[in-house]
Amino acid sequence: MTLARVDRRAPRSPARPRETGTADPADGPALRRHRRRRNRLTALAFLAPLALYLAAFYVYPLYRNLDLSLRDYTVRSFVAGDAPFSGLDNFRTVLDDPTFGPAMRHTMIFTFVSIAFQYGAGLALAVFFNRHFRLAATLRALFLIPWLLPLIVSASTWSWMLNSESGVLNHALRTVGVAPVDWLNSPHWALTSVIIANIWIGIPFNLVILYSGLQNIPGELYEAASLDGASAWQQFRRITFPLLRPVSAITLLLGLVYTLKVFDLIWIMTKGGPSDASSTLATWSYQLGFGSLLPKFGPGAAVGNILILIALVFGLLYIRVQRRQEA
Amino acid sequence: MRNTRRTLICAVATVGALTSVAACGGGSDSSASGTGGSGGTYTFWDPYPQFDASSAWGKLVGKCGTEAGVKVKRTAMDTTDLGNKALLAAQQGNAPDVMLVDNPVVSTLVEAGILNKTGDLGLDTKSIQKNILGAGEIDGSSYGVPIGANTLALYYNKKVLAAAGVDPASVKDWNSLTAALKKVKAAGKKGITFSAINTEEGSFQFLPWFWGAGGDLTQLDSAKGVAALSLWKGWVDDGLAPKDVLQNTQTTSWQEFATGTYAFGENGTWQLGNADKAGFDYGVISIPGQSGGAAPVPTGGEFVTVPIQKDSGRYDVTKKIVTCLTSSANLLATDTTLAYVAPTAAVQTEQVKANPELKPWVDAVAAARGRTSGGLGTKYPTISQPMWTAVQSALSGGQSPQAALDAAQKAADKGGS
Repeated sequence: MTLARVDRRAPRSPARPRETGTADPADGPALRRHRRRRNRLTALAFLAPLALYLAAFYVYPLYRNLDLSLRDYTVRSFVAGDAPFSGLDNFRTVLDDPTFGPAMRHTMIFTFVSIAFQYGAGLALAVFFNRHFRLAATLRALFLIPWLLPLIVSASTWSWMLNSESGVLNHALRTVGVAPVDWLNSPHWALTSVIIANIWIGIPFNLVILYSGLQNIPGELYEAASLDGASAWQQFRRITFPLLRPVSAITLLLGLVYTLKVFDLIWIMTKGGPSDASSTLATWSYQLGFGSLLPKFGPGAAVGNILILIALVFGLLYIRVQRRQEA
Repeated sequence: MRNTRRTLICAVATVGALTSVAACGGGSDSSASGTGGSGGTYTFWDPYPQFDASSAWGKLVGKCGTEAGVKVKRTAMDTTDLGNKALLAAQQGNAPDVMLVDNPVVSTLVEAGILNKTGDLGLDTKSIQKNILGAGEIDGSSYGVPIGANTLALYYNKKVLAAAGVDPASVKDWNSLTAALKKVKAAGKKGITFSAINTEEGSFQFLPWFWGAGGDLTQLDSAKGVAALSLWKGWVDDGLAPKDVLQNTQTTSWQEFATGTYAFGENGTWQLGNADKAGFDYGVISIPGQSGGAAPVPTGGEFVTVPIQKDSGRYDVTKKIVTCLTSSANLLATDTTLAYVAPTAAVQTEQVKANPELKPWVDAVAAARGRTSGGLGTKYPTISQPMWTAVQSALSGGQSPQAALDAAQKAADKGGS
């Protein structure tokens, strides 16, 4: 797309009329053509690093992944590079697998429950901190901690806290006389536990973006509203929320993409277990490709591509909604 | 026009954010380059990142290179990484000259067609114990030289057992073990800890019980397999084993045992060094079979393998390096550092002479089986994964042992075909 823009601008370049003016009218067209070619080459030269970067780090991996998912790879053909084309066989294998249904369901529950709570809590905290009380900045900084910690640290800490035997949470439950819960070892709780940890990690992101969105809402609107006798809730409903809509939309979309692909948190806490009780498409894809001694690259890549497709659908949905808002 | 362009940007951005997960499979690995050329540098990979260049192991690798007249460039990586990296490197045509891999990985690499037969290289494996060598044998040919072997046994805490009035010598079979665990629990201590995690480690730890019941890996759902899984499930359900065995790696399981509150811990030879530091008196017994005797345990440990090179002229030097690494004197030093049991009888004798505590481990290794032995080869991974999944579903209470193993057998049939 950059190419198109540069091309269109080139003929309008201010240098051209001056130069054609001084040149001999006889060889004008030839010189013009020459200059235009040079301009184009310069443009291409500027473009090349970006194009190369995109090709090497985006297009090629995507192409490789698609290629992996469309061929019948065994370890032997992976090394020899002569895997036969198998069309959609890998996708069929994946869709027929008994793990697919639960993994899809877990992915959706994990994503939507996480986002709902992250956004809700993030918005509540953003509105709260927007009141500028004493220590607000300090407290807000403290809320950013989950975001600053390396994921391996926070995930391991959660996994210790939720440990059935020695976890601090079960210890607390025992002290108040409640039966301990097998947070990570029970098929009924494992998914909930990783969702709780993920919500905690995602709140700061929502808080920061929504807070900056709030700063852009002019204060006069609230003054006017309170003069008209609007209650705090009405101010939130009628001013804050509608004016925050564009920021909310991008927060939710980014949250969605980030949450769909969450892998490390689940892998560190439960490895998708017990059995497959907390496996999502992302962990399953890794499990297929790298989790056992005999890698299944084809189906693993197929699951990865399904994940990309889902994110793409939501991305397009976001653009549609945004376009309708602008119109 | 503008809108479609923006659509495209957004699509690319969205997709880009996701590729990090999806594209792992195809990443080219240029950092693993090391074809060496004729400059006399030979590449060497091992799964011992805990040893740096200044360690005894690091020095030994360097010394073996010097003796062969070349420089050895050693790269250590995590054991799970190693298998994947090896496949990628082979695909790119720059596999290392010598590679130390975990024994069940050998069959996968052979299946990929990237390993040389030891016979073709002229490496001598006659003095090595048959059952240890067996883990690196596929279709009757050997593809690697074991650097050492380890296996599993039961560590016990003498103090906890004494307080509960249990004589470790009375633990002869499953019933007497369960009875001992009950006594320990009644005395207010904890029974046994092991690792039932959903990775290869979980299968490794379950195998002694599975084989101890007479189970056969080609038929997971047999009554014998169900008996083994029911034993574990019974322990967890009755509180004789903690519920977090489902998350335990062998390391965390060891840490639980090292707290001193557990009577038994199923763990490996490699913990002997830590056992001395644990601060309490411990003993070791072999894992009992269902109706007595020592259960067959799986062999662990790494193999020295020689990946296929385009330039077959390199093999002469490679052979010298491998021979040096697996010479008796060096094996003794290496296996002492790693707390492994040596793969040859001669070195084992020396090890026991130096450290009599190793005796039960040498016996256990002698009775051990390779996981990929018995013609299983690359079928093993497709059996192991459903097996650890079944262990998880049963212990977490999701399914009965029979139902879990039925499902596992179905998955193994599908994966193996």
